[in-house]
Amino acid sequence: MAPEESAAPGKGKVMRHVFPRTIRLAAVAAAVIAGAAGAAATRAGAQQTQNFDAVQLDIQQVSGNVYMVVGAGGNTTVLTGPEGVMVVDTQFAPLSGKILDAIRKLSDQPIRWIVNTHMHGDHTGGNEAIAKAGRTRAGGNVVGDIGAAATDTARIIAHEKALNRMVMLDPPLPSAALPTDTFFNARKDLLFNGEAIQMFHQPAAHTDGDLLIHFRRADVVSTGDLFTTTMYPFIDQANGGTIDGYIKALNNILAITVPSNVNEGGTMVIPGHGRLSDEQDVVEYRDMVTIVRDRIREYVMRGMTLDQVKARKPTLDFDPRYANDTGFWTTSMFIEVIYKQMLAAHPPAKTTTPAAQQKRGNK
Amino acid sequence: MTGAALRSALVRLKASAFARSAPARPRRSLGGGGDTTWAAAVAMLSLIAASPAAAQVELSGVWQPRYHEDMPERIPGPELRDYLGLPINDSARQFGDSWDPSRITLPEEQCRVHVSPYILRGPLNLRIWVEKDPKTQDVLAIKMYSSTYEQTRTIWMDGRPHPGPNAPHTWMGFSTGRWDGDMFIVETSHLKQGWIRRNGIAMSDRATYTEYLVLNGDMLTHIGVLVDPVFLTEPLVRSEEFIRSQRDLPAQTWLWVCEPVVEIATQTEGDVPAYLPGEHPFKGEFETKHHLPEFAARGGAETMYPEFKERVREWLLKNPRPPAKGK
Repeated sequence: MAPEESAAPGKGKVMRHVFPRTIRLAAVAAAVIAGAAGAAATRAGAQQTQNFDAVQLDIQQVSGNVYMVVGAGGNTTVLTGPEGVMVVDTQFAPLSGKILDAIRKLSDQPIRWIVNTHMHGDHTGGNEAIAKAGRTRAGGNVVGDIGAAATDTARIIAHEKALNRMVMLDPPLPSAALPTDTFFNARKDLLFNGEAIQMFHQPAAHTDGDLLIHFRRADVVSTGDLFTTTMYPFIDQANGGTIDGYIKALNNILAITVPSNVNEGGTMVIPGHGRLSDEQDVVEYRDMVTIVRDRIREYVMRGMTLDQVKARKPTLDFDPRYANDTGFWTTSMFIEVIYKQMLAAHPPAKTTTPAAQQKRGNK
Repeated sequence: MTGAALRSALVRLKASAFARSAPARPRRSLGGGGDTTWAAAVAMLSLIAASPAAAQVELSGVWQPRYHEDMPERIPGPELRDYLGLPINDSARQFGDSWDPSRITLPEEQCRVHVSPYILRGPLNLRIWVEKDPKTQDVLAIKMYSSTYEQTRTIWMDGRPHPGPNAPHTWMGFSTGRWDGDMFIVETSHLKQGWIRRNGIAMSDRATYTEYLVLNGDMLTHIGVLVDPVFLTEPLVRSEEFIRSQRDLPAQTWLWVCEPVVEIATQTEGDVPAYLPGEHPFKGEFETKHHLPEFAARGGAETMYPEFKERVREWLLKNPRPPAKGK
């Protein structure tokens, strides 16, 4: 490895690093609190309470022309090339100017596409401003019927369920912030800048409208909040999220990723929040979430109450790494959501024997 | 310095490092602060090992580990629920208690690499070399190649900073090195999650690692100080010895090819084998086999220190080992 290629370990290269962590965490907290109640609240609340002026973006080159931009909301993925720019997730609205500045450092081509991995405001807040800074390729009857305005903004892709959630927000989002191109099936493909881009819908995971974005040529997966390195997974039950769907999504990420011959690098993973990752980081996280789910499921099947489950400390081994005792998404809330969903799916057996318990417990 | 002198210094160093001379041992952070006892010990070693900067030692070569130190843990492997001598917290204990060895049957975990704070403790061939700028002959990096998992480690010597918090983490981490006399000091961050002891005692991806390498003739002493704010309550200090090989080794002894396969046909994809907390099927096996008190087997910072032997001795007086069957 040549020295100049190795400013950072692994595949990524540090381009800049000046981001204050506390602001990011606070902003994420505000975002996700609001996510449970509605993304509009995220936008309003976070914008009112955060000093976004202090936020400085950190750009990481991930692979080829794919970059990760870390700011105060969910991580943004940027794909550049001769056909233009694709932006996956747009963070908070007040950061739009800084996001656009970051994009301009990477490419002078027009922004053609925005993709929303899900509906939360910390991932969609910049939709309007960033879309308006872009342009759509269009011609023929489209321009003829609509006029030049048809090309005035970038297009915004999301799953239809994400759009359905976004249009229900109160106060309503401006129409220019809403996805323009949705799909209702399991996958959407797009070839852009010579990059085969696949968007896989993950039903009922973090929300009910999550997308995994796979840049096949660069071999990068942008996960939205289906994977983070900073906290226990936020299961947004109010917007259709489930723990089982979340675990399935994590396993789907693992199905896409392929490590190098030394079991790191290879397919790189841009998380919804946190640092640049690879398959093994997702494995650790998948193991953690699955183990916690399995424990609570077993306790539910044994007929334990929520308080009894909490007394067993089912997350103790992972708490120093992922727990929050205060804020938008506490460990207690994480346990409660799993408990309720397991109780609904696996009601306790009317009779159970120690042998049966042992058999289940050791699975 | 003779080998005997170095060994003597190390004995004193370890005794000093492990001695509980201070009531509270502050956590060390990368690049500064920390444990006064350990710092004093390192300073002592530095004095012993010091020589003019122009005479910095040459670490390049092929090195073979010696396993006399902590041999049962390093070669046959640790027994389940043996946490003795590790400064772990309750979270680390639960992590270890839940770890089912069947976990490594999962294809995605079969080729799991040992992180740099652990990899030198196992069987391996180690090659060290220096990379220099061809124009200036300045040292750019010192490199280590471990045959185990075919890991190449770069220790940057050109003054570059460690990357920021959003950079990826790797098995070997990001390392920078410097000389203190003839002692080579390496500081590592950006590590992946790995093992502290490969019976389920984990090291988190927030751990940092400081190493001290001292050469005495053809013997290389490696001392590692691991700080993990997630799973450890105090720094963990361990050491290993290596002997310089006079000959290179056949090429194939440097290779480690790992290709994951499905090992258990009935295993459902996505299953993660684990024991429920408190329901480990081999609970008590380790302490029963070795006639140790449970409080020793469970580990913790106090089990690292010499005076802990007294607690065990008192327990043994009250709980004498039963006579062996058949005698």
